[in-house]
Amino acid sequence: MTAPAHHHAQAPHAYVSPIPVRAAHLGDALASEWTKIRSVRSTMWTLGVMILLMFAIGLGVAALASASEAPLGEESALGFGFFGMLPASICVITLGVLTIASEYGTGMIRTTLTACPSRARVLTAKAIVFFLLVFTLTTVVTALVAAAQVAMVDAAEPTGAEWLRATVGAAAYLATLGLLSMAVGTLIRHSAGAITVMIGLLLLPLVAAMFMFSQSLKSVQEFLFTYAIPSQMISLYSETPPFGESGPAGWEPLLIMAAIAAAALGGAYALLNSRDV
Amino acid sequence: MIEAVGLTKRYGAKTAVYNLSFQVRPGVVTGFLGPNGSGKSTTMRMILGLDRPTAGHVTIGGHPFRRLPNAPRQVGALLDAKAVHGGRSARSHLLSLAQLAGIPAQRVDEVLGVVGLQDVAKRRSKGFSLGMGQRLGIAAALLGDPQVLLFDEPVNGLDPEGILWVRNLMKKLAAEGRTVFVSSHLMSEMALTADHLIVIGRGQLLADMPVKDFISANSADFARVRTPGAEPAQREKLTSVLVEAGGQVLSEPDGALRVTGLPLPRISDLAHDADVRLWELSPHQASLEEAYMRLTQGAVDYRSTDDRLAHLQPPAQPGQPGYGTPPQPPVQDVPQQGWYAPPPPGQSPYGAAPQAPGQNPYGAAPQAPAQNPYAGAPQAPAPGPYAPPAAPQPGLPQPSDDTSKDVR
Repeated sequence: MTAPAHHHAQAPHAYVSPIPVRAAHLGDALASEWTKIRSVRSTMWTLGVMILLMFAIGLGVAALASASEAPLGEESALGFGFFGMLPASICVITLGVLTIASEYGTGMIRTTLTACPSRARVLTAKAIVFFLLVFTLTTVVTALVAAAQVAMVDAAEPTGAEWLRATVGAAAYLATLGLLSMAVGTLIRHSAGAITVMIGLLLLPLVAAMFMFSQSLKSVQEFLFTYAIPSQMISLYSETPPFGESGPAGWEPLLIMAAIAAAALGGAYALLNSRDV
Repeated sequence: MIEAVGLTKRYGAKTAVYNLSFQVRPGVVTGFLGPNGSGKSTTMRMILGLDRPTAGHVTIGGHPFRRLPNAPRQVGALLDAKAVHGGRSARSHLLSLAQLAGIPAQRVDEVLGVVGLQDVAKRRSKGFSLGMGQRLGIAAALLGDPQVLLFDEPVNGLDPEGILWVRNLMKKLAAEGRTVFVSSHLMSEMALTADHLIVIGRGQLLADMPVKDFISANSADFARVRTPGAEPAQREKLTSVLVEAGGQVLSEPDGALRVTGLPLPRISDLAHDADVRLWELSPHQASLEEAYMRLTQGAVDYRSTDDRLAHLQPPAQPGQPGYGTPPQPPVQDVPQQGWYAPPPPGQSPYGAAPQAPGQNPYGAAPQAPAQNPYAGAPQAPAPGPYAPPAAPQPGLPQPSDDTSKDVR
């Protein structure tokens, strides 16, 4: 020791905290992310608006359909759930991006990664908390809306598999889309930029396909119509491919979305680990 | 203990930190000084594993931060007071950090009390003043009750009471045996808080020494002695008497003498014995701030220029003196301000330096600045007659060579 002003007795490294030291684990990170996600207003706003839209649109469409005399054929009323899912997905995208990008925007990410140097643990905790929150909430909402739609509209009685896809399947699809948004938010590190990218990804393929009149672009148009995210949401409600003979149907759209989200999250893990914060 | 070895960080073509090696020891407050943009924050981020060094490495207690077991219980940091989500209340913010680090939730209320934010704990931090934000950041750093603490500009935005509080807090934390590393660009603040100084400029180490050494090396006292201007013989006579008595005498541009090594009463006695009248005998001390600025002036990145509003000035119109260019005073007028008075306290003597480089005794200009682009001078035993008396400053420019040895 060089500073003569300090004649305290302690040797270097003498300070020992009275608070018991224990190694932090993923459970701690989950608790932390839960505290974070419930203590900001943007969560309440995006999820509140999502619930509101799903109820308003789902019930509104069902009311219109029940008032109409046109027969529904062999279709069940569960397919009406799609109309609430599209606006809900915009809310989920926003929340998914904000979950991580707001940390970059505010600089909070540096505080977070100082408190937990394991960046993978932070991202994993964020992904789990976000997924479970969105999945649970949308499962409940889609179930309530679907029950109301089936009760209101005079149509074929849905099977158990259809019920499962329209509730758990739709909720899982939305939550996985949210995970993709979170991964994009991690890659882009900017809220507005990442939300723009995700909304573009959601809507532009379909809009572009609508204007592909040229015969030479026919195959591209068909591909976009089949695999655009809204089209896949519709496929989720259908046993057979709704657009032509090929294409995803049933649970397949969810698997496609899960694969894309997993790839994006893999990139997010790699970049988060290697990049300077 | 923080140890950096050959730490280098480049962002593209810009080198933010170059070959920085230092140790931060426990039990003392170590000040980390440098002008804006000198690489202090980059270094702190590298210590915390947030930025990856281009070359070299930095360890805390022997481990790189990201491989430190129970890192948040060993290291606490305030990097940026604004690095919080403004929509979150102070308590939620700290709670999320405590949970992340596996710290009991009751600790949150303890640190809120320590920094004095208990009454606003439920308020969203968006509405916090800069000072409150600093307190929240300090609370986050203290959360894990860590052995090593890093604070980046902790007194920014604090009121005088808050500054005093931070100062005492740092000293208390160090006295408990912790490693406390505090960055600042204010020498005056560090002189009061820190025991040890690490000074960097343009990302390179300029000094690494105890504050006491820095002060004794840089703030040497001197006496200014003035004899009647019309009688140069008296001046010569006094000079020889003072030199005989063991003092060092330097001549100032306006004819005054700068005397070191003799107390004021002794100078007076010697002058009296030699029958020399004195017009001035005044004590002076070069301030620490001044020494710091001399050390770093070559390393300042952001230097202001005069705001001349040139594009708004009407072109000079000869023959119309009324509304044209304001009459320019002859340039020679400027240096006529008296050198009899010492520079007013608080006013930087460097402000005047560019006007009259040769005449300002404080300006570093005559000190062969070409020898070392960072340090103003002290390397060579300054040949100029106006070099500050503290010229033989041990190791200011080569700190890692001699001053560090006695420290380690």
